Amino acid sequence: MIAASQIKPGVSLYSYQEEYFLRKMSLEDCIAAAARCGAYGIESIAEQMMPGFPNLPDSFYDRWHEWMAKYGTVPTCHDAMLDTKKYKGRLLTDEECMVEFERDLRHAAKLGCKVVRVLCMVSPEIVAQAVPIAEKYDVKMGIEVHAPYHFDHPWIMRHLETAQRLGTRHYGLVPDMGIFTKRLPRVARDRMERLGATPRILDYVCEAYEAGVLSEYVIFETKKMGGNALDVAWAEQCRHSVYSPPKRLTEYMPFIFHIHAKFYEMLEDGTEYSIPYDKIIPALEAGRYDGYLSSEYEGNRHIQDAHAVDSVEQVRRQHAMFRRLGCGVRGQ
Amino acid sequence: MFDRYMICENTVRNVPREGKVVGFEFGARIAYYRGLGLSMVEDLAVTVDGEKIPRDRVRFSVGGRSFTLEEMETQYEDRWEFGEVATITVLKEKGLPPGEHTLELVEQLRVSYMPFPIQGRDTKKVVAGP
Repeated sequence: MIAASQIKPGVSLYSYQEEYFLRKMSLEDCIAAAARCGAYGIESIAEQMMPGFPNLPDSFYDRWHEWMAKYGTVPTCHDAMLDTKKYKGRLLTDEECMVEFERDLRHAAKLGCKVVRVLCMVSPEIVAQAVPIAEKYDVKMGIEVHAPYHFDHPWIMRHLETAQRLGTRHYGLVPDMGIFTKRLPRVARDRMERLGATPRILDYVCEAYEAGVLSEYVIFETKKMGGNALDVAWAEQCRHSVYSPPKRLTEYMPFIFHIHAKFYEMLEDGTEYSIPYDKIIPALEAGRYDGYLSSEYEGNRHIQDAHAVDSVEQVRRQHAMFRRLGCGVRGQ
Repeated sequence: MFDRYMICENTVRNVPREGKVVGFEFGARIAYYRGLGLSMVEDLAVTVDGEKIPRDRVRFSVGGRSFTLEEMETQYEDRWEFGEVATITVLKEKGLPPGEHTLELVEQLRVSYMPFPIQGRDTKKVVAGP
């Protein structure tokens, strides 16, 4: 008999960016929407929905905790940004980076988050320096493994080697499920067509990507077919997308702190067009993953020119899919 | 990613000063999925009916404070928050005459994880309101 799933449902409020941006939903509305679809783990981006960050008053944190109690939600992860290009003409020094890490880790602790998402471009050397700060706040730092990076990319391998060498529980990974993009998002392809790309070339690129053809060949072929600038841009999307083996999730489980459940389009039939969650969830179960699957809806940018965006419905469908695939809900 | 929402509809109006129209202004939002410190807003390029407005003729106001684009380069505390409507003022004699105009805004943002600055572009047909 298979043991009950320990995977927990969550939402990154990033998912509701369209509605928040247009002031159709407030921060509290976003938390409530997540709770309504059973996704009680709340991930947040302070610089998106907490205006005034990093100088938030204590009253903000008090209200945050009131919301968590009111909606039965749990803070999971704070997405840190690390603006290394804050100053014109130079990058932040290592010392300045540590000031930012202190700021973000303290904020995460005050929210009640156990994890901070660290951008994938941050170097292992910088993250290593921040380990004592993460230990002080007892907040784990997870490097986001975001396409076109993947588990076997040399940059991520260096992060893993550094984390292993340091032997700390506070340095690991936050994989983004976009690293398992089997098919290019249909919503993105259709938008390119609306902008003036050539349908038959767009379709060629989609088929070639799905067949695993090397990006350089696809780009070259697109030009040979007489593709316009948009067609070539679509072909170049192959460079930024990746389908890596879901079994890596099982293999690297000790390092996985949190997961971005990226998606572009939940279909009426309850599947995601691009990302095979029916392969991802078994790989997580095989590794006994007991963290959050944190929805990250990113389809809005591809449809907003032609269709109404309904992020709440998209997230709801994704969690219905997770339950269908056997993911745990609270109390099970 | 939020390009189409950059120029806010129905916010364009001429700016009178001492009985004369000294320019026009409009509401603008950031073309990015989070807010940024103003030092990272590298450029706000405004074009009206095909005429590029010189950089030193553009002012940016947010949170009750107003800046030239050059001043913004060293503003490390003030922020343009996500979805917040800032005011872009263009100093231009007579502002926008009656009738329809083509207004274009290009935002150039310096984002840490991108190898190059990101750009958002919005073009709208506008009429200066009262």
